[in-house]
Amino acid sequence: MNSTTVKKGVRDATVSRFDPGTVRSDFPALSVTVKGKPLVYLDNAATTHKPASVIEAITQFYSAENSNVHRGVHHLSELATEKFEESRRKVQRFLNATESSEIIFVRGTTEGINLAAQSYGGTVLRNGDNVVISAMEHHSNIVPWQIVCDRVGASLRVIPINRKGELLQEEFERLLDERTKIVALTHISNALGTVNPVQEMIRTAHDRKIPVLIDGAQAVAHGHVDVQELDCDFYAFSSHKMFGPTGIGVLYGKKELLESMPPYQGGGDMIKSVSFSKTMYADLPHKFEAGTPHIAGAIGLGAAIDYIGELAMEEVALHERRLVQDLTDALTDLPGVQIIGTATNKAGVVSFTIDGIHPHDIGTILNEDGIAVRTGQHCAQPVMDFFGIPATARASVALYNTTKDIQDLVAGVRHVQKVFH
Amino acid sequence: MSDLRSLYQEIILDHNKNPRNFGVLDDANRVIEGYNPLCGDRYTIYLKLEDDVIQEIKFSGVGCAISKASASVMTTVLKGKTVPEAEAWFEKFHALVTHPSGEDADGASLGKLAAFAGVSEFPARVKCATLAWHSLKGALRSSATSVSTE
Ligand SMILES: Cc1ncc(COP(=O)(O)O)c(C=O)c1O
Repeated sequence: MNSTTVKKGVRDATVSRFDPGTVRSDFPALSVTVKGKPLVYLDNAATTHKPASVIEAITQFYSAENSNVHRGVHHLSELATEKFEESRRKVQRFLNATESSEIIFVRGTTEGINLAAQSYGGTVLRNGDNVVISAMEHHSNIVPWQIVCDRVGASLRVIPINRKGELLQEEFERLLDERTKIVALTHISNALGTVNPVQEMIRTAHDRKIPVLIDGAQAVAHGHVDVQELDCDFYAFSSHKMFGPTGIGVLYGKKELLESMPPYQGGGDMIKSVSFSKTMYADLPHKFEAGTPHIAGAIGLGAAIDYIGELAMEEVALHERRLVQDLTDALTDLPGVQIIGTATNKAGVVSFTIDGIHPHDIGTILNEDGIAVRTGQHCAQPVMDFFGIPATARASVALYNTTKDIQDLVAGVRHVQKVFH
Repeated sequence: MSDLRSLYQEIILDHNKNPRNFGVLDDANRVIEGYNPLCGDRYTIYLKLEDDVIQEIKFSGVGCAISKASASVMTTVLKGKTVPEAEAWFEKFHALVTHPSGEDADGASLGKLAAFAGVSEFPARVKCATLAWHSLKGALRSSATSVSTE
C-alpha cells in the first residue's frame, strides 16, 4: 500500500469509500458533550468546525512565525510574508483562478460583497440603472447593493422563486436589460439548500455583457468550485464555513475588472507612493488590502484548503447528498413536519417547520438532546415572507456528519412533538 | 428532561395553544408593536387606558411558545391594574426571568407568572419571555409605536 495515495477518511486503501466516521476524529470540537450528551452538530451552514491541522497551523504561526507582512527585511517578516502569499496561491488553485493577484483577502463573504458593491457598483451604477439579485439571497447579498443603489438612484430587481425554492429562469431573462449593470446570485441558498444553475445564468448574463458576482458562502465546503469554468466575474466566500478560521475570506475577481476598480479602503500596504497631493495605488491584489491583514487567518485558510485537498471531494458531496436525502425522507414521514425548500438540486441544508411549534422552541428542545441546529430566519427574511412563515429550523451537514447524526435529529424532532402534545 | 419541563410548564403550553385576550382591540388608545429581529417574534399590544387604569388589554402576533404564553399571561394579570401597578409587575417579572430561580422569586406573590421561573435557566430565551412586557412598558410610558429587543 502506497501511503501517499491514501486519501484521508479512507484509511483502508482497498475500500475506495469516503468514511465520515474516520474524518470525525480530525475535528477536536466534535467530541465535546452538551447537557451530558455527545454533540450532534448540524449547524454547518452557520459555521463548520476546524480540523486539528488548521488549529495547529494557527498556533504554529503565532508561536514561531509571527510578524507583519510586506514590511520587513528581517527573517520573521519574510517568513510571514511567504506563508501569507503561499495561502493566496492555495486559494488560487482551490478556485482555479488564472492568477493569484485575482485573490483578495477580506474578512468574509460579507466584506467581499461590500467591496464589489462599493468599488465596482459604486463606479458603474448611474441613476436609472439596475442590479439583479434573487429572492433567496442572504441579507449580505441584498443590503450592500441596496446601499449603493440608494446612493446613485439605481434599483434592485429580484428574480422570483417557485414554491419548491427554485429561481424562475424565464423571469431572470426578462429582468435583464441594457440598464442592468451587475447580477449578484447565491451559488447555494443557506435557507433552502437550493443549488442554483449559476453556470447557465452567468452565460445568459454574459450574452448581454453583464458581469456576475456569485456568493459562494455555502458552496465551497460541498464540492469543487472552478471560477474559470463558471466564468463568473466575482466569487466571494468565507473561510469559516469551509473548516478554516473566522475573520478571513476571499473575493475573487477577474483581473481586468479588479484593475479597473478604485480601492475600497485607504491605508497602509495599498499604495505605491503617497504625498499630500497624490497617491499612487499598489498593484493587485494589494490595492484592495489596506492595513495589516488577518495573517494567521489566511494561513489557517490555507491549511483548511490543504485539508480539503486530501479528501475525495466527489465522495464527500455524494455522502452529504445521501444524508440530506435520508433526513428529507425521514422528516417527510413524520406527521406535522414540512420541509421548506424542495428544489430538485439541493445541497447541505434541510429547513423544516413543525405544525404548532415555533422553530425557536424546536431549537431549545433539540439542544437538550445535544443537537445543534439553527432556528430563525437565517438572514433571509424575504425567503420567510415568501413562504409565509416566521422562521424555520435548519439542519445543515458537513463532511463529518454521519447517518447516526441524522437518526438522532429525527428522534429529537419526535421528542419535540412529544413535549408539545 | 426535568430542565425542559421547568421551561415548558403546563401553563405555558396551555397559553401557547389557547392564548387569552388574543386579537385586535378596536377601541384601544395605545397600540405598540414589539419585535425581536433575531428570531422574528412580533407582537402588537393593544391597551385601553382610562384614568391611569388598564381597562382593556389584548395582543396579536406570532412567535415562540415562551413569548406567546408570556404575552397571554401578561394580559390576564394586568387587566384592571393601574399604571404604577403594571410597572411593578414588570419589575417583578423581569427579576424572575433574569435571576437564577429561587433567588428573588416569591412564588406566592407571583401567581401564574411563577410558571416562567424556569426561563432563567435558558439565557437565550429571556428575550422571548420579556418581549411583550418590554412592549407593554413602552406603551405605558409613551405613545411610541414600536419596541425592538435589539
Ligand atoms: C449564502 C450566504 N451568503 C453570505 C453569508 C455571509 O457570510 P459571512 O457572515 O461569513 O460574511 C452567509 C453566511 O451565513 C451565507 O450563508
